[in-house]
Formats: sequence, C-alpha cells, structure tokens
Amino acid sequence: MKYDVRQLPLLSNKEIAQGIFDMRLAYEQDDLPVACGQFAHVYVPGKTLRRPISVCDASGGELRLVYQVKGEGTKIMSQMQGGTVDVLAPLGNGFHIEPGRRYALIGGGIGVPPMLYTAKQCDNPLIITGFRSASLVILQEDLAAQGETLLCTDDGTAGVRGFVTDLLRARIAEVDEVCACGPTPMLKAVAAVCKEHGKPCQVSLEERMGCGVGACLVCAVKVRKNGEEVMQHVCKNGPVFNAEEVVF
Amino acid sequence: MADLSVKVAGVSFDNPLIAASGTFGFGREYGEFYPLSALGGISCKGITLTRRDGNPPPRIAETPSGILNAVGLQNPGVDVFIREDLPWLKQQNTVVIANIAGNTIDDYCQMAEKLSETDVDMIELNISCPNVKCGGVQFGTSCESVSSITSEVRRHCKKPLVVKLSPNVTDIASIAQAAEAAGADAVSMINTLTGMRIDIRTRRPIIRNNTGGLSGAAVFPVAVRMVWQVAKAIKIPIIGMGGITTWEDAVEMLMAGATALQIGTVLFTDPYAPVKITEGLNRFLDENNIQSVTELTGTVQPW
Repeated sequence: MKYDVRQLPLLSNKEIAQGIFDMRLAYEQDDLPVACGQFAHVYVPGKTLRRPISVCDASGGELRLVYQVKGEGTKIMSQMQGGTVDVLAPLGNGFHIEPGRRYALIGGGIGVPPMLYTAKQCDNPLIITGFRSASLVILQEDLAAQGETLLCTDDGTAGVRGFVTDLLRARIAEVDEVCACGPTPMLKAVAAVCKEHGKPCQVSLEERMGCGVGACLVCAVKVRKNGEEVMQHVCKNGPVFNAEEVVF
Repeated sequence: MADLSVKVAGVSFDNPLIAASGTFGFGREYGEFYPLSALGGISCKGITLTRRDGNPPPRIAETPSGILNAVGLQNPGVDVFIREDLPWLKQQNTVVIANIAGNTIDDYCQMAEKLSETDVDMIELNISCPNVKCGGVQFGTSCESVSSITSEVRRHCKKPLVVKLSPNVTDIASIAQAAEAAGADAVSMINTLTGMRIDIRTRRPIIRNNTGGLSGAAVFPVAVRMVWQVAKAIKIPIIGMGGITTWEDAVEMLMAGATALQIGTVLFTDPYAPVKITEGLNRFLDENNIQSVTELTGTVQPW
C-alpha cells in the first residue's frame, strides 16, 4: 500500500512570524519516506477537508510543517497542542534533485518552507527568499546552514528591496537548475527568467484541494504534454511540475 | 458476523457500501489504501462519450459540514475507460458501476450500448450533475425528461440501469416514479444540492463555475428525507447517499428506505471511512441480533 494515515505525536506548534506557525511532529523516516517538495494532508478536527501543507523538513525524527493561518482550518491547526495529529503523508511528487548539479532554490512568502528540506538534498545550493515585509520573514537561520542565502522584501524592511527574480537574474549563470515555490505570479516570473537563460526550472504549485491523492480531480492544473494541453492535478502529478509544461 | 450482502437489480454486493461517483476516480488511488474488495462496489467517475477537461479551478470550496464542488465531469471518455480502466477494476473483486453523463440523449444511448458489450456490472444514469453547461441536470428536473431519457437509454442498455436523481426538484417522489415507469431497475439518490460561496474580499464566487454542488454531512438530513419520501412512492430499490459520514448515518439511511449506500465526501476527511462504516454496521447488526442488513431497509416507524 502506497498511502497511509498516521497519528503523529505533536511535539510543538509555535508562531514564528506574524500568522505563521511551525508545527513539529514526531516522525521517523520509514517504508514511506518523505521526499523534498512533497506535502502532508492534515486532518483538522471539525472540518470536512484536510489541509495540504508542504513538508518543511523531515529529518532528525521530526516532520516539520510551517504554515500560514489563512482561514478557519489553519486557525484550528494553529491552536492544536499536545496529543496526536492525523496526517496523510507523504503525498505528491516533489523536487527532482540530482547530485553534482548546482541548484538555485527560490521561495516566496509561505512558499519558502519546502525549500529547507529541498536545500538539505542539494550540494551548496543558492537560496533566494522573498517576503512582503520583515514581519513575515521566516527560516533564514535554518536555510543559511544549508547554503548561501539571499533575502529580499517588497518594501525593503529586510534584505534588499525588490523581487526574487531580480536576485535570481544576477546570479543565474552560476547554477544549473532552478526550483521554486511561491505565489503563482512569482513562479511565472521565475519561469520566464529561467527560460530566458536556458536553465531548467521546477515549480511547486498550489490549488484548492480535495482528496489529496488524485481521485476527486478538483486541484486541476493545465499542462502541455506532447504539444497538447491536458488537465493534471496538483496532488497527484505535482505539486512540483516542469515549469516549461505549465500553462500559467 | 451478520450477513452484510445486499442485492440491487439482480446484482449482488458483498456489503452495502459503494464509493460514490466523482469522489473515487476509477478506484486506483484508494486501492493504495486498502483492497477495493472491502467495498460493496464502486461507482466510477462520471464518463462522457468523448474526453472532457472539466471546469477551470478553483473547483472546490469548504462549507459548514460539507463542500461545494464543480469539477465539470473531467474524464478521459468512455472508450478510454473501457480500454484502460475497466479491465483493472474488474480484477478488484467488487461491483463496478459505470456512471454516464451526456450532452444529448443520443450520447447516453451510445455509451449505454458500448458499455452493454463490456463486463461492467451496472450503469448509473447521471442526469443530475449540476456543474456542466449542456445536459447533466437538465435531463433530471422534470418527469417528462426523466421519463424520455430513461426509456430511450433502457432500449440501448442490456445492463441493470440505475437512475441517479437530483435533489434540486420540487417533488422528487414523482421524478422517481417517472424513472421507475420508464424502466429503471433502481434509483440512486441524492446527487449534490446546488450552492454558492462568495469571497467577500474579492466579491468573486470561490468556485470558478460560480455555483457548485453541495455535499457532505450538511446535506444528510435532506437526503434521508428524500429517500424516505421516494421509498414510499416506488417499488424498485434505492441506493441512498448524501452526507453519510458514520455507521450510524448508514443505519439511518437504510431505515429511511435505502437498500444499498454510496459514500463520497467523507473519503476526503478519512480515506478509511467505508471500511470503518462497514465494521460499525456489522457491530450494530450483531448487537441487535439482526441476521441480515437487508432487514433494516425501510424500517423507520414514522409518527
């Protein structure tokens, strides 16, 4: 069986920036190992739908989920303390990281967390993160332990003022490939920079999700396969897609 | 262990729990959680004559105790289903129900003919999908149209024929009677209730299709009421569905008049729900010394 629902002991669940929480669950890599860029589908008591949260880290006996409180479900999640959390994981196809290649890892806002576990799989990655403002900046120390980090904010309150694409453009010649997660306009812009410089690009997409395993077909994304536009699904085919194939 | 088997239109199910169309794909994904033989049957994702890509996203929104969806019948088309999915499904030791939807009556008839030549166990006529522009629910909301499509498809269908009813009607009992009179072997009910949510910040509907179908625990009391009303009006069996979440709900739906059950939305909360509901149902029967689940059907004692 490829899928399982686990009851994982909740170790901690703390606010690490404005409205952004860091949930740590006791977890040992087992016969269903978590790969970077995969996600966990978290049951929220009283809610019909699970919340898909990308894996921030899965090393050191912990499954770490860093998420933003956006609505009722994530609000309930942020109030969980002690006991266990019902988690359907790991799900989806993550970033494909090959040894011997240098990667630029780009994270925007709440798209930054999956870049930590991804960075841990890379040799000397260049890590570029962007946020709206200083109050939303997360994970800088964790990321700095994995490679060179560059930080920017929209308003210049932390790091340089500007967008991740400005920083990427200046350094793209140094890397072989780019992996990105963040808001769709950012992904589109990152994909355009990569295309311009002839670098392959993997993007992690988000869409309102149902089952999480590819049965209900709600989290649709249009991709180009063999010259034809077809519907694929963030939960099963993604969340990571080849940027060249995504019809943004 | 009580006898959980049921029979609908001559087809035997090992237990009354059937995965509801649209929530279970063609079974492969949930087959990675448990053997599909744990289910009485699978009603496959609605198929159309040719491939459909469905509606643009977002296709889902959460609502109090439920969800709205507007997938728009994304599917690979009947021929791909028959060639690539049906042979695998038939190896899973569970009843396979093909759910068909069309733009025209002729679409439905052509699909019924193609499927009649396969080893699919049953055909479920989807005349209640609220999320497509042509066809779908427009066939399911008047007695005349239900009657004409059911009788036309009946002439082309050699398989047991289940008509899936829409709750978005004034008098569902008369619709069910029309389906029965036109040759349906059973009815399944209820499909989703049409609903809408609006994002107050953007003033945009959350679902790209503007409206969607409401399902989940929120619709359960409506489904129970409708099954109860229809059970009094027809003689053919009812496959009851609409928000069944627990084994207690399953018992309630059977008592209202259902012979078998479909469950859908709860799968998104708990993929193991059908297995747990079957276990709970079995326990309830044993504890009450009931030999067969069929003894529950229609046993509500109304005031």
